[in-house]
Parts: sequence; structure tokens; C-alpha cells
Amino acid sequence: MSLISTGADWDFELIERYERAISACARDFNLDTYANQIEVISSEQMLDAYASAGLPVGYPHWTYGKEFIRNEQSYRKGYQALAYEIVINSDPCIAYLMEENTMMMQALVIAHASFGHNSFFKGNYLFRQWTEADAIIDYLVFARRYVMECEERYGEAEVEAIIDSCHALSLHGVDRFKRPQPPSAREERARLEARKEYEQRQFNDLWRTIPGREPTHSTGKKRDFPAEPEENILYFVEKHSPRLEPWQRELVRIVRKLAQYFYPQVQTKVMNEGWATFWHYNLINRLYDKRLVNDGFMLEFLQSHTNVVCQRGFDEHGFGGINPYALGFAMFTDLRRICEKPTAEDRHWFPELAGADWLKSLDFAMRNFKDESFIGQFLSPKLMREFHFFAVADHESESELFIDAIHDEGGYRRVRKLLSEQYKRENSVPDIQVVRYERDGDRSLTLRHFEARNRPLKGEEAEEVMKHLSRLWGFTVRLESVDPAGTTKDTLECAR
Amino acid sequence: MAHLIDRRQNAPNKSAVNRARFLRRYKQQIKRAVHDMVAERSITDMDRGGDVSVPRKDISEPVFRHGAGGDREIVHPGNREFVKGDRIPRPEGGGGGGGREPGTGESEDSFVFALSREEFLQIFFEDLELPRLERNMLGGIEESKPQRAGYTMSGSPTNLAIVRTMRTSLARRIALGRPLVQELEELNAELARAIAEDRPQAEVEALESRIEELKRRLQRVPFLDEFDLRYRNRVNVPEPTARAVMFCLMDVSASMDEAKKDLAKRFFTLLYLFLTRKYEHVDLVFVRHTDNAEEVDEKTFFYDRKSGGTVVLSALQLMSEIVAARYATGGWNIYAAQASDGDAFGADAGKSARFLSERILPLTRYFAYLETPDEAGARMSSLWVEYQEISAAPDTFAMRRVTRRDEIYPVFRDLFRKDVGAQAA
Repeated sequence: MSLISTGADWDFELIERYERAISACARDFNLDTYANQIEVISSEQMLDAYASAGLPVGYPHWTYGKEFIRNEQSYRKGYQALAYEIVINSDPCIAYLMEENTMMMQALVIAHASFGHNSFFKGNYLFRQWTEADAIIDYLVFARRYVMECEERYGEAEVEAIIDSCHALSLHGVDRFKRPQPPSAREERARLEARKEYEQRQFNDLWRTIPGREPTHSTGKKRDFPAEPEENILYFVEKHSPRLEPWQRELVRIVRKLAQYFYPQVQTKVMNEGWATFWHYNLINRLYDKRLVNDGFMLEFLQSHTNVVCQRGFDEHGFGGINPYALGFAMFTDLRRICEKPTAEDRHWFPELAGADWLKSLDFAMRNFKDESFIGQFLSPKLMREFHFFAVADHESESELFIDAIHDEGGYRRVRKLLSEQYKRENSVPDIQVVRYERDGDRSLTLRHFEARNRPLKGEEAEEVMKHLSRLWGFTVRLESVDPAGTTKDTLECAR
Repeated sequence: MAHLIDRRQNAPNKSAVNRARFLRRYKQQIKRAVHDMVAERSITDMDRGGDVSVPRKDISEPVFRHGAGGDREIVHPGNREFVKGDRIPRPEGGGGGGGREPGTGESEDSFVFALSREEFLQIFFEDLELPRLERNMLGGIEESKPQRAGYTMSGSPTNLAIVRTMRTSLARRIALGRPLVQELEELNAELARAIAEDRPQAEVEALESRIEELKRRLQRVPFLDEFDLRYRNRVNVPEPTARAVMFCLMDVSASMDEAKKDLAKRFFTLLYLFLTRKYEHVDLVFVRHTDNAEEVDEKTFFYDRKSGGTVVLSALQLMSEIVAARYATGGWNIYAAQASDGDAFGADAGKSARFLSERILPLTRYFAYLETPDEAGARMSSLWVEYQEISAAPDTFAMRRVTRRDEIYPVFRDLFRKDVGAQAA
């Protein structure tokens, strides 16, 4: 085999050859991916893509302008470099490559996005369950057109106000446990037809002669509505708001659907990036083993790669929290090591992994976990030592912070549990649910914040959000904060 | 096999519409920021875009999130010396545990972004209109502009349109020659037949002479006829432009210290920017004076040092001379702005005021006087007192006192408000 290319310049033919070569390597590792679509864009277009969270189409709204300005500003000033790629969970999987990248970078990005992320999108259970990769682009186009039509008909300000309010609640516009599967109008009609036909076939006049049960008289007691608390606030608003016009409901739905689309991404940041980084590292190394790239290429590659997986300590300059690339890459690499060269410690901690087929084990891990469970399951003591993880506790009743656990024999399980909890959604998004709607009374809506470990809401901001909610609801809205014992600690009311 | 697409040709600026929406939504905040920027900036910097900062809390989008308080644990990497049970004083602000490096990059409480020069000036000059400018007034004869208007049959040789001429010539030659050529071909064929059939000599000769004649006639069709000549035509179209001349008068005497001069300079800079932006045909005349006045160029006006006594009248006289010499009324709208600390000695103030009201004001459409006293509460200067009597005619004369940099901009806006013109008209 001979080198694919030397030097930094790329052209379309070279990109294709690299893609084919990487694709061949990926087949060696049984990576299962959607078809790839690779698009080359300029840096301005990359900034545009940033503003819309990477989506190729979006509805117009000022907040995307703000995002754009922010990114543009820090890019121009050199605070931040642009990502080398953006990849979209769609079928075919679209990856954007920047034209400024060198040939090595383009190859890295193809390996990272078009094979790493792509296979994750296709394999991971959250993405499989929650997003429809083949429909997202069409939906975005529909959303954009719908929003613009509404703007034309009802005015930009009206539409903007509704979308503002929805954005404030978009974190609470997500179904976490049940898969949203709205039957389309056509399917719904087909279902009704089928049912009618069944009834006709089963018709027997005899049944009519059987005396019916006495209709039970209502006890006169008003039942609470909803019967069970509803955690998807935007869904509840869309379905039950007494004031919203149909088009406004549709806007609520659009924001809700998009929030739902991003829901798996937030929960698999470490895994997704780790998986993609692990694979670009292995695929490019495979190219090198096949003598398809030269030493210069590899040195440049390794430099970029080490930059990506750099993890700074909490007290070092430039520390920005735990780097998901670093942690994810380290964990997948470590998994492979445990499978291939287990130590005594690994045999004790991961008996089922030690000596197993690494490809199968990694594939299993990629498919069936999210960040929280992945870390809870697979973070090894060796990695905790390497990262020097330690847990700081901040308790309200204590005057000082204290170290809860560190990377030592007594602390491994505790550190791992705490780190895993850190990636729980509940850790960043407060648990707030709709508990009461006075359908027959003053039509007020009551939300309940289930306080975990006495952590209160940020007051002024919560008030702002409640104002937004009352705009959507049209009547008084109330927020109760309830501690685990069930006593109401605090009530926030926003009258209309 | 991957599908490879080159998207670089697609228009970038997909976010332009969202950016514009953002600017529109936060116009008030941005305006305030621009205002602060003007007060801070040096004159040479004025004519460019700049970084605008908007309070972050104004543009943040609220979400439900956890506040301070309650119990939590945070896992950090990079432990060096801690062991279980170590106690650490709570960091200021009571926030989460561990140490986050204080703000690298932009600060937490303001959102900073760049306005382009265009955007900056747009916001800067919004609502401002040079007072009483009669836009409908036609300028002088030199304001007409030649415009292409097709081709003519006559004209000067320099305007000869060669291609067009040759095209007509070709057309004419074809038109005149075609029937002859056709006939000639027929006759030639006839002649050939006659010779082949061995017809009588007379018939052959008749044909031959006819052919000769046709050939002569064909040769007589000229290659170029006077009739073919075409000339490019231009007509002069009068351009309806409103012309204006702006006089900037400034006192640079010893009593005008650097701070006051700076204020005056700012005022004129604003004026200058405003004019050069808003109107294409604006003449600027800079007159500075101490005990005598002189006309200077822009650079000298703003940046050259000179000191001496004060005779305001000299500047006004010079201005009226310049007007008489160069801007005889009718073709020009004349505006003037004067900046001074108001220190005039003896009879100078009274004379100046009289000269202004009798000689200058009738000529000008608008005269703005900017006084820069030592401090805000200072007593009225002699010039101010005298000038105040003129301000009875408020639609052509305005005066303001300014002591601080950041007052310049509001005063400027105030003086050149759109509705000043509207009321006066």
C-alpha cells in the first residue's frame, strides 16, 4: 500500500480516498453507521451552524442572533477556536468540514464525526428511542416555514413572545420516560377506520337486549386534574392551556419537539464524544499501521488529539470542568485495556469484562448506557487515580466545605457514585411538575418543585420563568417548593 | 460510499436575520452603550464601529435552575494534597466547592459584541436631521450630470460610435446590394446556358453588357456613407441635491483650556461625522479665532495649537466675508456652529451679538452656539448674556452650555433634533 497523500493541502478527490480508506478500517472494527454525507463549509458558515446548534435549518429568533454574535465575537478575538466539525444526528448523517482544515484534520474529522459519532447515533439506545434520524431535517423545514407563516399572519412580536416563553420552559418540555410517538393525522384516521370496520364485522343485535349497568352517579367530589403529576410542562400547556390559539399551540409543540431532539445529546455527552474520540484515534492509527499515512501526518494528528483529550486540574489555569472528550476517551480506552490486559484489580472490579472480546464489550457499552450509568458501571479505580478525582461536599449546615472522598481504596466507590450522579439530569435541571389544574375553578395552574437535598431554585430567575408560563397559560400560575417530607416550603404566585 | 458536497458557495450570512433581530430587540441598551462610547472616545476614533456591552441580565433567558444553598457534592479532577475529611473555607459568594479560575474571557455580567462602523453610525445618528434643509432645491448648473441617451446621427468625431456605425453600414450595403447580386447570379447562369446552347451572338452580348452594368452598379454602393454615421449621445440631467455649507467657528484663545477645546472639538467632530455621512454635497469651512480670525483646514482646526486674546467679532466678520465671496445665498444652505467659553472683553460681546443678528442670521438657516464654561454652575458669560437676547428668534438660533464630555452628545442631539426642522418648516 502506498501513502494516500503528503502535505497539508486537501481536495475533494483526496477526501474521498481518505473516506474510503477510513471506511475500510471501520469495517475491520464492525462499526455500524448511517450513510455519510460530508459537506465542506467556510468558517462563516460554521459560525452560522453554531448559532443554530448545528442544525442546518432553524426558525428565525433573536436568541440565535445572540448566540451568533457571541461566537463570532470570541472567534474574532481569538478566545475560542471553531470546532473542526459539526455532525448532525440524521440519516444520512451530515458532517460539516471546515475548509480551513488541513488534510490531516479532514481525515481526523471524518473518522471522528462520520464514523465515531455516526455509529453512536445509530447504536445508542437513547438516540434509537428518542429521535427519528430520518425525519428531523424534514421537521426542521416544516418548523421554519410554520414559524415564518405565523410571523406573517400574526406579527413578529406575537410569535417572538410565545417562542420566548417556550424557550424558558424548554428544559421542561421533555418526556423522560415514555417515548413520544405522535401518530400522524393519516395514521390516526386509519386507526379509526379499522376500528369501525371491526365493530361492523362483530355487530350482533343481541347485545342490545342485554340490560346495561346502571350509570354510576358521580360522587360530587371534584377529582384532581391531572390525576398524575405531569413532568412535561410544555406538553401540558400545549394540550390544556385554556387561552392559547391553535397556532400558538403548534409553536409550543415545535419548541417541545426540538427540545426532545436534543434530550439524548445532553445525556450522552461524555459517551458520545468519548466514543468518537476513541474511534478517530484507533481508525487513524490503523491507517498508519497500513502505511497509508506518513510520520508527519501522525505527528500532526497526535498533537491535535492530545489537545482534544487534555484534562486540566481544578486549580490549573484554563480549567473548565471535566473535559468530556478526555473522560470519555479514557474510559473507552480503559475498557479495551481491561478486556485485553486485565490486572488483578480489574479482575476484582470487572470480572465479567476481564479477558472478554473487547469489540463486543465496547459495542455493548456504547449501545446500552448513558453518561450517568456508563460512569457508574465502567469507571475503573485506575482511571480515578489517573484523573486524581476527589469529591468536595458543600452542605448548608456546615460552615466549611469538606472533602467527601478521594481516589483511594476507601473512596473509589463513593467517588464513582458521586461522579455518576453529577451527570444525572436531575442534578442540573430541577424536578418541577404540573400537579394541579383548577379546571372547574379559577383555571389556575399549580407546579410543584420537588426539592432534592434542600436545594432551592434561583429565586429571581424562577420568577421570570413563571411570568413566561403565565403568558402561555393565560391565568394565574403557582409554583410550590416541597421538601422530601412533603411540606410546602415556599410558594411563588404569578397572577394574571 | 459517502456523499461529498461543497457548500462553500452557499451564501454565508444565514444568521444575519437573527443578528438583526437581536439588535432590534435590544436597541435601547445598545443605544445607551453607543452613547457611553461616544463620551469615552477620542475624536479620531469616532468614525468606526466598536464594542458594545449590554448588561447580561438584560438579555439572559431565564430557566429554572438551582440556586445557592442545600447540600451537594462535586467531583473535580487534579487532586494533589487533599485527603478525606479535609476542611476548606467556603469560597466567597458561597458558590459550589472547588476553585474555578476567575473569569477568563468576557466578564460574567456584560455581553460584549462588536458593532460594525455602519451600525454604529446608524444608531449614533438616528433621529438626527440637519435642520431646515430644503432638499427639493435644485443646485447650480454644475450640478447636472451627463447621462447616456442612445445614439444620434450627428455629433462630434470624438463621440463617433464605431461599432454602431459599421453595423449600419453593413446593413445598408446588404440592403442595397442584395437584389443586384441575385440578379447577377441569374444572368451569369443564363449566360452560361446561352453559351452552352449556342444561342445567337446578339443575345449573348446583350446578356454580357447587362452583367457589366450590374457589376458597375454594385461597385457604386459605397462602403461607408454619411448616412451610416452614428454618434454616442449624452444629455445633461439636473441632479436634485441639497447643497449646504457648514461653518465651524471656534475660539482658541488662552482662556480656552485643553478641556474646553476638547469639548468643542467633540462637538465639531460629531457635526463633521453627521454631515459627511448624511449629505454628499456639504462644504465645511473651519474658522478659528483668537484676537483675529483665520480660515484653516480641518487638521489645523482640530489639532494645531495657538493662543492669544479673544475677539469674537473677528470670526463672525470673516465668516460673512467668506459667505459673500463663495456662498452667495440662493444656491447654498448656510449653517454655522460656534464654540467658545464666552470670555469676551469690553464691547466685543455686544458688537458680536449685533453683528450676528443683523448680518449673519439673515444669511444662515441655522446657527448653533455652544458655550463651554469653567463649571456647570458658573455665572453667565458676557457673550451668553448678549446672545440670549437674539434667541428670541428661536427657529434659526440655538445656544447651549456644556461642561462635561458626556453632555456633548445629548446637546448635539437636542440641537439637531429632527423636529426642529419640522417646526421651523
